[in-house]
Amino acid sequence: MSKTYFISGATLDDGSRKDLYIADGKIAGFENPSNSQALVINATGKIILPGLVDLHTHVREPGKEDSETVASASRAAAKGGFTALSAMPNTSPVADTAGVVEQVFRLGTEAGLCDVFPIGAVTKNLDGEELAEIGAMADSAAQVRIFSDDGHCVSNPQVMRRALEYVKKFNGVIAQHAQDPDLTIDAQMNEGIVSSILGLKGWPAVAEEAIIARDVLLTEHVQSRLHICHVSTAGGVEIIRWAKARGINVTAEVTPHHLLLTDELASSYDPVYKVNPPLRTAKDVHALREGLAEGVIDIVATDHAPHPAENKECEWQQAAFGMLGLETALSVVALTMVETGLMDWKGVAERFSRAPARIGGYIHQGRDFAKGEMANLTVFDPSVSWRVDRDLVASRSRNTPFHGMELPGMISETFFKGVPSLLNAQLLTEDNL
Amino acid sequence: MKHLLSINDLSEVEAVAILDTATELARVSDAPMKKLPTLRGRTIVNLFAEDSTRTRISFEAAAKRLSADVINFSAKGSSVSKGESLKDTAQTLQAMGADAVIIRHQASGAAHRLATSQWMSGTVINAGDGTHEHPSQALLDAYTLRKHLMHGQKNLQGIHVAIVGDILHSRVARSNVLLLSKLGAKVSVVAPPTLLPVGVHSWPATVSYDLDDVIPNIDAIMMLRVQSERMNELYFPNAREYSRYFGLNTDRVKRMKKESIIMHPGPMNRGLEITADVADSARSVIVEQVSNGVSVRMAILYTLLTGEGIESGALA
Repeated sequence: MSKTYFISGATLDDGSRKDLYIADGKIAGFENPSNSQALVINATGKIILPGLVDLHTHVREPGKEDSETVASASRAAAKGGFTALSAMPNTSPVADTAGVVEQVFRLGTEAGLCDVFPIGAVTKNLDGEELAEIGAMADSAAQVRIFSDDGHCVSNPQVMRRALEYVKKFNGVIAQHAQDPDLTIDAQMNEGIVSSILGLKGWPAVAEEAIIARDVLLTEHVQSRLHICHVSTAGGVEIIRWAKARGINVTAEVTPHHLLLTDELASSYDPVYKVNPPLRTAKDVHALREGLAEGVIDIVATDHAPHPAENKECEWQQAAFGMLGLETALSVVALTMVETGLMDWKGVAERFSRAPARIGGYIHQGRDFAKGEMANLTVFDPSVSWRVDRDLVASRSRNTPFHGMELPGMISETFFKGVPSLLNAQLLTEDNL
Repeated sequence: MKHLLSINDLSEVEAVAILDTATELARVSDAPMKKLPTLRGRTIVNLFAEDSTRTRISFEAAAKRLSADVINFSAKGSSVSKGESLKDTAQTLQAMGADAVIIRHQASGAAHRLATSQWMSGTVINAGDGTHEHPSQALLDAYTLRKHLMHGQKNLQGIHVAIVGDILHSRVARSNVLLLSKLGAKVSVVAPPTLLPVGVHSWPATVSYDLDDVIPNIDAIMMLRVQSERMNELYFPNAREYSRYFGLNTDRVKRMKKESIIMHPGPMNRGLEITADVADSARSVIVEQVSNGVSVRMAILYTLLTGEGIESGALA
């Protein structure tokens, strides 16, 4: 018989008090049975959220295993309170065939610490020209429903239109990296006051906003489903607000780093702050927080992007775009959204678990705490803060922009399918279970 | 002050002290024996990852007149940017015992990275980084302006300087706007709107799209080189049209104040941003800028490596 667990004393995301008895991978009840052998977890004062679901993760496997693997990303996920990841297809080879998405899916199952749902490429080799084998990926063992050329924009409007139409067959969604390529050739950072001083080539907000505007209109025209990756601009939020009011089927995500950090950080020329889309201004940060609180932005997604040291220990222009996100995401959201009074924990559960699970069609994720539901959940203490240390991350890479920052919210347990992947803030693997 | 990465590293007092020191050191350049023993035994590396003969030899002459040992590390574009990393280069220079590194690099912020990343411990002097800054050029320009226009006044309070041309890509413009305004001058940047950065309104300068509007009011004009590759990037229709609106020719010079001076950091595109007769005219101080460059760079090295300047008259 598998191990059983009893979590006592915690508050659920909706504010109700409930103890959870976990057996056979599921929430089996709300009391500890009299003859129970359950491991008791005293969670007094802590909060339980449905396990976090990330719709935007770069796991780097296959091909760039020096920066991350599916297994190491899964460990980082468990530490960050996630029970599901969505692996972006910009691997080597690109996940543009059934074979590659099945490989990633299998590696996720083998790691066994969270669900790893592959995202398929929209176009072959992310070239933006010919459609990838979208149907085959949807029908594969990985059952892909989200397609994205993330890292690249599907910039040709006809290709975008066809992709939006094609995925309607199986209720898929196109996740667009909104970046007009002609407006952002060699772009290095947000175009504005700071870039004018630093002499770094600007990435104007309009390059994001113009694509969002075009794509919500295309989505309306072909009656499909669109998801906007990592919205970073106040104007982007405004256009999505307009599109939703018009009834267009669009969802959007914001990253934790865009909720907290601004382009002023580029003044250090430290490429740990180099990310795509770039860090924007305080005005954008404010609009993103408002948009997330309001629900114009549906979800938080990490855009976890590990890079080896040599790709960041160099000149800004030479450096790779991207920053780690999984292990700090919940704390950054606690800092920017909950401590500011913009959102409660129920809102966090919605934006960080339930809504992403709905968008991705991840049926065992983002569930309510009802008897018989699969036990995918996160236990954390919002009253304890911790200092981020890039040398202590579970990821294979160390490129966190939050190094040295004091952040609120310590995650103590993550349960995946009724088994702790994190217990007493320690990672558990097959070996030490 | 350990490094010179940006004009923002200098206070007005420190900037004036460098100009004063340069004035004193200019006497050395004029003497038959053009050498001071100040930096004997110190090693200065010229790390030039981008071609720039004039800045490199200017710093080299400056260092040698102060008796430093100079090593020229000329890593052309690709070898530093693609082969050996800046980090490895810095660690190599550290191992060789460089007391100061003068760096010219095509990446904005390269000098900052060298100074702040703990790859090496020596002094870093920015000799031009990408489209960011070129502080020694601004200091030599301020020196030249002061010498011609200020009649013994220490700062540049009261004069109006126009910087004309490709402001967007110019590190000379960025450093000059910061330094000249810090020293009290009024600065106008003049360019077609395509060659001004978004965000220029935050600079301590007024912005104009019309050179003819500005010409009668200024005490000095600084013409910037227009890179030939800009022609193909839609910044302006063609060279002829650029010259017509933003080039300095005899007609425009006639409308300038009588005492005003004409400057150019070089290398010039004669016939594009400046006509040959204007460049060679009596109002032009372009050649003098080069000789002033050596004195100012001596002053920069002297100040950073000895930790002090030279009082006025001390070398008399």
